[in-house]
Amino acid sequence: MLKRLRENKSAQGTLLALPTTLWLFILLVVPLFLTLVISFGRRGIDGNVTFVFDQNHTPFDNYIRLFGYSVTNCHSGQAACFDPLYVNILWRSLALAFNTTTLVILLAYPLAYFIARARPKQRNMYLLMVLIPLWTNFVIRVYAWMILLRKEGSINIVIGWVMRWLNIPFTPLEMLYTPGAVLVGMVYEFLPFMILPIYTSLEKIDPSLYEAAADLGANPLKTFFRVTLPLSMPGVVAGTILVFIPVMGTFIVSDILGGRQVILVGNLIQRQFLDARDPTFGSAASLILMIMTLIVTYFYTRKFGFGEEIVVA
Amino acid sequence: MTSEFAVELRDVVKKFITPEGAELNAVDHVTMQIKNGEFFSMLGSSGCGKTTSLRMIAGFEWATEGEVYIEGKAMGRTPPFQRRVNTVFQNYALFQHLTVYENVAFGLEMERVGKDDIKRRAGQALEMVQLIGMDRRKPNQLSGGQQQRVALARALVKTPNVLLLDEPLGALDLKLRKEMQLELKALQQRLGITFIYVTHDQEEALTMSDRIAVMSKGKIQQIGVPVEVYERPANKFVADFIGESNFLAGRIESISENEASVFIQDLNAAVIGTPISDGLIKGEAVVVCIRPEKIRISEKGALNQKLFPGKVTNTIYIGADTHVFVDAFGAKLKVWEQNRVSRLDPKSFYMVGQEVWLALMPENTLVLKKD
Repeated sequence: MLKRLRENKSAQGTLLALPTTLWLFILLVVPLFLTLVISFGRRGIDGNVTFVFDQNHTPFDNYIRLFGYSVTNCHSGQAACFDPLYVNILWRSLALAFNTTTLVILLAYPLAYFIARARPKQRNMYLLMVLIPLWTNFVIRVYAWMILLRKEGSINIVIGWVMRWLNIPFTPLEMLYTPGAVLVGMVYEFLPFMILPIYTSLEKIDPSLYEAAADLGANPLKTFFRVTLPLSMPGVVAGTILVFIPVMGTFIVSDILGGRQVILVGNLIQRQFLDARDPTFGSAASLILMIMTLIVTYFYTRKFGFGEEIVVA
Repeated sequence: MTSEFAVELRDVVKKFITPEGAELNAVDHVTMQIKNGEFFSMLGSSGCGKTTSLRMIAGFEWATEGEVYIEGKAMGRTPPFQRRVNTVFQNYALFQHLTVYENVAFGLEMERVGKDDIKRRAGQALEMVQLIGMDRRKPNQLSGGQQQRVALARALVKTPNVLLLDEPLGALDLKLRKEMQLELKALQQRLGITFIYVTHDQEEALTMSDRIAVMSKGKIQQIGVPVEVYERPANKFVADFIGESNFLAGRIESISENEASVFIQDLNAAVIGTPISDGLIKGEAVVVCIRPEKIRISEKGALNQKLFPGKVTNTIYIGADTHVFVDAFGAKLKVWEQNRVSRLDPKSFYMVGQEVWLALMPENTLVLKKD
């Protein structure tokens, strides 16, 4: 039997792919399918999931509710109305993910450029400095920002000193529990995931290309826009994918730094499962989040690719 | 043109700090004048300072001491993009994200040449290097030779007065390299622009150059036309680096303007040679250099000041020539015999152990300073 297998190439292929396929099936396909099924159910009286429907309940209720159909939060007399609560949450998440990604690119590019141009010895040190925060727990790092942003926090203290020295009256800024705090936290958390791919693609650029550009009459600025930037785009693209997708779904940053004031789709899902105990609505929100992320990623990668050049080249 | 020289290096020094912290003169007091329209080669092994010299002309490096002049103007710290020279890089340094056409057009766009002009001039440049029809490809879709041509077109489209070439043929296979050597030389003659060519390949330098600067350890060993460099090497290094040589250590017994008698310890006899190095004096320890193809070998002879007996220790047949190794009183000499007659009989070649006579003619026997 072993001998026959040795000659059968296609059976070998199937056998080799089997563990991965099985793995993917159990860990990805099955849970996704369960989520899909549950999203069509509804919460029973005692908190269980039922699939019993009647005149007032259809399998699509969760989705209809997500997109604004409401029977509870209406003016008196109205049987049903449009409630933008969840649409706003979805939109806010998308906008925040977009803003975070843009800010992260703007911050990460100069940093990556600086590291890539540093001398080899210093370069390793800078890379280490980028990586060290990742050794600490994600939640702890977000809490650190609470200490910085609080009304009595380090930032307010320092500004207070400066203001007192300048004799300007100063009331501590309310920074924590604002959308700005969430944005700062997000940018901080995801910066390394942009720096590293951009650094990799910059570092791969042959230095003689800079010399060639200069030789052909390009000043440093033109060299950057005509040579450096286009050649490092794969890194920006890869970084964007690495940042945008997790930002869309995260809930810890908005929970801690937003103080439950800034609700993102991630928070919505978490609360449906843990607080409201309505896994059916949570599942529907999860799937909508996934579809939204896929759509954005699809159009983005169709235009710019996956940044796979930095892996392959 | 304001200056007789396209490029001039005056007493240029380039110091580098090695990783160990030591100071190193990569280019050590180099002075050279490159005339307009000249094909000038810098020849030497790696680390001799030839590429550093070229990079200082291009502006990628700045001289620690001395000055580089381009068309009579001192360059100082002028950046590369303000110098009217262009470079063909060793690894071509083509922009992989641009097409062949865009690569060639790049330099013109930087000069803010009009769109139509760019199109016309880039087209001409691509035609000149025979790359018509390749203009929409990316560099990585081309062969090494084609990439080399793109690099050439990209530099030449800027119509520089001086083109710098850093071992441009180094990555090509031998046959293509030989073709490109002749093509480059023809191109340079047609365009009439100055080429400064860096190579470690002595044959390439001899084939293409009007003049050659032989460099070693950051210093210029000799500058001259190819014939001079080969036939009248300035010192032992040049004689050794360019072509092959037999070196015999000796001491000058007597010397006049055209002739020197040198006592060779190994031969236990004196040979008559031509003094080459300046300032040779009687009694000085010198080396005598004889090119292997310039020793005449024969089966019969008689001992005199030009003829020496020896014994064949080895022969190697290499097609055009046969290399004969001869031991003459302990002095080991290599002699190249051209195979002028087609023959197969092994006995018609010199045999190992055979007694032969070597003729060392005074005009072929060069007396050089000991280093």
